[in-house]
Amino acid sequence: MKLVTGNDLPSGDVIWWTGNGWSRHVEDAVDAGDHAEAIARAEEASRRVNVPYVIEGVATAEGPRPAHIKDRIRALGPTVRPDLTLKPADPNAGNWVI
Amino acid sequence: MYKYDEYDQAIVDARVDEFRDQVRRRLAGDMTEDQFKPLRLMNGLYLQLHAYMLRIAVPYGTLDSRQMRMLGHIARKYDRGYGHFTTRQNIQFNWIKLSDAPDILAEIAKIEMHAIQTSGNCIRNISSDQYAGAAADEVADPRPWAELVRQWSTFHPEFSHLPRKFKIAVIAADEDRAAMRLHDIGIQLVMRDGELGAKIFAGGGMGRTPMISHEIRDFVAADDLMSYLEACLRVYNRYGRRDNIYKARIKILIHEIGADEYRRQVEEEFAAVKQLGLDPPRAELERITAMFAAPAFAADAPTDIDRSDPDFAVWLDQNVKPHKQPGYAIVNVSLKPIGGIPGDASADQIDVMADLAERYAFDELRVTHAQNIVLPHIRVADLKAVWDALAEVGLAEANLDLISDIIACPGLDYCSLANARSIPLAQKIAERFADPARQRDLGELKLKISGCINACGHHHAGHIGILGVDKKGVENFQLLLGGSGAEDVSLGRITGPGFSEDGVVDAIERVTDTYIKVREGGERFVDTYRRVGMEPFKEAIYG
Amino acid sequence: MADGFDPDQTTMTDSGGGVQLRFRDDEVNEEPAVTLDSFLIGQSNATAVRIEPGDDARALLPSLDRIALIEVSFPSFRDGRGYSVARILREAGYTGELRASGDVLVDQVPLMRRCGFDSFAPEAPIDGDTLRRALDRYDFHYQRAADASVPVWKRRHG
Repeated sequence: MKLVTGNDLPSGDVIWWTGNGWSRHVEDAVDAGDHAEAIARAEEASRRVNVPYVIEGVATAEGPRPAHIKDRIRALGPTVRPDLTLKPADPNAGNWVI
Repeated sequence: MYKYDEYDQAIVDARVDEFRDQVRRRLAGDMTEDQFKPLRLMNGLYLQLHAYMLRIAVPYGTLDSRQMRMLGHIARKYDRGYGHFTTRQNIQFNWIKLSDAPDILAEIAKIEMHAIQTSGNCIRNISSDQYAGAAADEVADPRPWAELVRQWSTFHPEFSHLPRKFKIAVIAADEDRAAMRLHDIGIQLVMRDGELGAKIFAGGGMGRTPMISHEIRDFVAADDLMSYLEACLRVYNRYGRRDNIYKARIKILIHEIGADEYRRQVEEEFAAVKQLGLDPPRAELERITAMFAAPAFAADAPTDIDRSDPDFAVWLDQNVKPHKQPGYAIVNVSLKPIGGIPGDASADQIDVMADLAERYAFDELRVTHAQNIVLPHIRVADLKAVWDALAEVGLAEANLDLISDIIACPGLDYCSLANARSIPLAQKIAERFADPARQRDLGELKLKISGCINACGHHHAGHIGILGVDKKGVENFQLLLGGSGAEDVSLGRITGPGFSEDGVVDAIERVTDTYIKVREGGERFVDTYRRVGMEPFKEAIYG
Repeated sequence: MADGFDPDQTTMTDSGGGVQLRFRDDEVNEEPAVTLDSFLIGQSNATAVRIEPGDDARALLPSLDRIALIEVSFPSFRDGRGYSVARILREAGYTGELRASGDVLVDQVPLMRRCGFDSFAPEAPIDGDTLRRALDRYDFHYQRAADASVPVWKRRHG
């Protein structure tokens, strides 16, 4: 599956394409399929996202996950600071990242 | 320390205004990211893995307690309570909002700091010896010269769109504590016939194609330095390669045309630009030098010390270095606690170091390229009090230059360029070698980790170096032996096939075991490697 | 004129691709610029020359007094070779029009002015208000360059 990701322009936060907008949580991401590149271009042009790009994703029971380790780390936060990730209260939140 | 006058302050204030305007235009959509990127980079603002990252300049690694406290304040107010000291003696914050960046620059401008040229294809922050003004072996304090170069290079109109970034280091001792020979230009202050001048090296660097610089001029007088650097940079700006980002550094130009030809072109250019009146008068160097005058050391400061606390004694032997002034010492504050993140300091730790500098070190701190902090002028009689205060906040690790004093780039946990995570590996290595007695038995062993080929973690210059690579989506680590960034500069060699994270920790242990078996006398690890070569280590690693 | 941007003394048009900004009060040179090679090989009676980033501007030095316009091409705003071209020409005493043309962005104009450019033909029109702020922003400069700005060290020490 194809996921579209980028950063929120003013905050820099990592964001994921949800089909009709952007979310900070990769679980909300959708498979953009053949339209992924077009979505990235259109969203950048309308300034709703900064430097979007398309990545490979995999479907899991918990929702879509990026295929590559770099985007898995982007999706959660630094592996060396669990307290600063998106799920600081969940000690197992990073299990799927590495 | 250097103090801004009205001109310095006006220039930095104007920069804040300029960047505020640029950010506003970007947020309003008047500029594309492609156009904005070089502008934000020239102000040290990156877009990293999780957020924007802001790199603030610490010119030649020197700052005072007021500035240090401001870094703690930035960490608390705009970031997530910590900062990361870098291998270029700067500090970077990992969780910055673009919309906050102009306010941060405005806050730091009030205490004479900036983020000017901490990235981008321009002349970067000038690095220097962290023991400047305190070491007995320097011919002069290198920092006034570094400040001259800082001013010359700031918003240099001709050299703001170079083929690639450009790094300059200034030192003033034969012992090289700043990896000077691995800079695009290295300046070593030397005395000739009673006159202080600069020996110039060019074409060093790490990255994808590591090279050791060539000496291109044995002496440049103070009155000629700016003209000479202008000539060096102009030849590079005109002829440095722009067709391939990986071949755009000056080291490639000098490698391709040869050091002799580069020198000839620089001399020709120098002869022309010397006529233009580009050099500040001697009075300017004198004005700056006066601001770096030695602090009011007590002439009769006691030199005896109570070593009865064994932990304190170990720290004294490892982290405290002799000072040029009897009764004083140089204190190295390790930012490498076992299991910690190399170079990271919390806002509270930053405040403690600021307080100690203000109370005990004539208000001075230094950032080292090994990602530690130095309190340069501590009375011997105060060492115990300083150690007690550091220990209380976890900053008294007695591991300077030992195997756990690891340089590591932020790696794939933070950096969008990285291929592998450096920090978890540094933590595993430090934990494997956590026993202090074992570390001290291994002696000086500089271990440096980069998470990608760009070599921010100086892996080429590590006695043991590690390079993280991406092997089909899996982190993999290459091991290098025999590098050095010091006066015995050398480039490490790859041992052979790479390893997993755990595999490389095991391999390092086989390397250190081999060293212990074959070392002679007081040989350091790197000396043994140079004597016996790669083979015994390779044999131990790969069998 | 001084560093500041004064629309009364500066020609500013919004013709994309043409000369939009001029910091001179002489007539615009309408002669099409010839390439450096053409100029050197046979057209040395031309008075307008175009320099590409890879050209050696020093080849023009013997002929500077016969040239009225040198157009320096910036195919990409990232390529900074043209800044050195401008310095070299001004240092050699060239007083004719020195035009930056191509991918020239508003934030670069102040640096280009300092290197000696006095006319600009940007591909995309430059916003006048942004430019005015940019040109008026810095009162002081650390280094001597090709403009009239007095370096900070000179202000400090006379």
